[in-house]
Amino acid sequence: MSQPEVLNQAFELGYTYTRSTGPVIGRFLTELRNRNIVGIKASDGRVVVPPMEYDPNTAEELSEFVDVGQQGEIVSFAWVKEPREAHPMDVPFAWAMIKLDGADVPMIHCVAAPSEDAIATGARVQVVWADETIGYITDIRCFELV
Amino acid sequence: MKEIAIVGFQQSNSVSDAGAVNEVEMIMPVLSRIFQQVGINNAQDVGFVCSGSCDYLQGAAFAFVAGVDALGAVPPIKESHVEMDAAWALYESILKIRMGHADSALIYGFGKSSPGELPIVMSQQLDPYYLAPLWVDSISLAALQARLMLDQGLITERDMAEVVSQSRRNAMNNPHAQLAGDVAPDDVLAQEMYLSPLRKADICPVSDGASAMIIATVEKAKEWGLPYAIISGIDHCIETHNLGMRDLTDSVSTRTAAKRAGMGAGPVEVAELYAPFSHQEIILSRALGLGDETLINPSGGVLAGNLMMASGLSRIGEVFNRIVSGEVQRGIAHATSGPCLQHNLVTVLEKA
Repeated sequence: MSQPEVLNQAFELGYTYTRSTGPVIGRFLTELRNRNIVGIKASDGRVVVPPMEYDPNTAEELSEFVDVGQQGEIVSFAWVKEPREAHPMDVPFAWAMIKLDGADVPMIHCVAAPSEDAIATGARVQVVWADETIGYITDIRCFELV
Repeated sequence: MKEIAIVGFQQSNSVSDAGAVNEVEMIMPVLSRIFQQVGINNAQDVGFVCSGSCDYLQGAAFAFVAGVDALGAVPPIKESHVEMDAAWALYESILKIRMGHADSALIYGFGKSSPGELPIVMSQQLDPYYLAPLWVDSISLAALQARLMLDQGLITERDMAEVVSQSRRNAMNNPHAQLAGDVAPDDVLAQEMYLSPLRKADICPVSDGASAMIIATVEKAKEWGLPYAIISGIDHCIETHNLGMRDLTDSVSTRTAAKRAGMGAGPVEVAELYAPFSHQEIILSRALGLGDETLINPSGGVLAGNLMMASGLSRIGEVFNRIVSGEVQRGIAHATSGPCLQHNLVTVLEKA
């Protein structure tokens, strides 16, 4: 008996739509691609980085972008002595809340440091850009101590 | 408005690894016990069923539907689900009863967290553009919060160790606890840092298990002839997802929820607080203004065992147990969700 013909159909798993990050998050990510960081002014005038679409207290739609610095200050940090596989670094590092120069609200990212003793609340840090920037939050590879 | 009462509560043991036992097999013994406690046959005998669970724990879309297999939903039942802790399933059930669509409800929550890497799974509940792609885990975020408090002199490491010690000691009286023992604060402080400024003991364990509750109108509770506790208030409140815009050293949303739930209308003899990290118990008790007159986490709290999606419901069940046993007349239970106590629910329970 001959082998029955096997029916074949190519199948590509994919999304049938594209997703826009919108005018606020999209602007921030596009600026990252250009190695620039922008924040947005909240209802009370505080500069929020990364920018939010709406003010969490007043629900006002926000639109006034502000360039902020690529250096800032550590507001709080957590020392990861055993990085997890998913973490952005494979050697001990810190997660930190970083208030960039010109911003009023800290952002969370990772900080490269040789040891826990080298890092402290109040320490100055600066952005380390990824080799290739593509408009993701990971365009900021990490921060490093100044 | 119809008064609503809790008539039954059951919980599984908190275990670090349930092994081959699947979610349905974790839920079924708890349901079997609660049907026996209330004296009903099955889910057909209540007017509404609502569960709380998280598909991310199982890593499959609509995984919660399988939980219904534990109910035997034939003939059809009125059923709902929240992708939240089952404390919020209780909230939905209360609304259902208040709307007059049911006079009793079964609520259950379950979570088998052991197969995955829970702190990393939790990173995917964060802002999808700014935080989730960094895979910043739940323990690291809590560590950032703890350091803010330590730096500002709001707490000391010893304060945190005392919370752990009290939890371990209280848990010695909790047969369902995963971590219990006569642990002194100095024993905790002697531990090395795990994710500085947190020690492993400051962090709730990863646990598998389930819990279930049955509520009813007071008329129905009387008809069943069961001891019950009144839910005199329940409310919840959420803060922004932007951690940088929150005061992480306080819990404004817990305070608001407690006020709206009517906590201040009487003494708080017992409080069960959902604090997955030692410093968070201090944040919560301060936000609620709890003092020496309140017994906090007599069960040991979730530092003694943290059933994701069920422990919030269990906090309420623990207070219910203490009221129907006659130990206390009035107490509050708190449930939380999201990073660093983002979303909080407060329930006020009173003796009938």
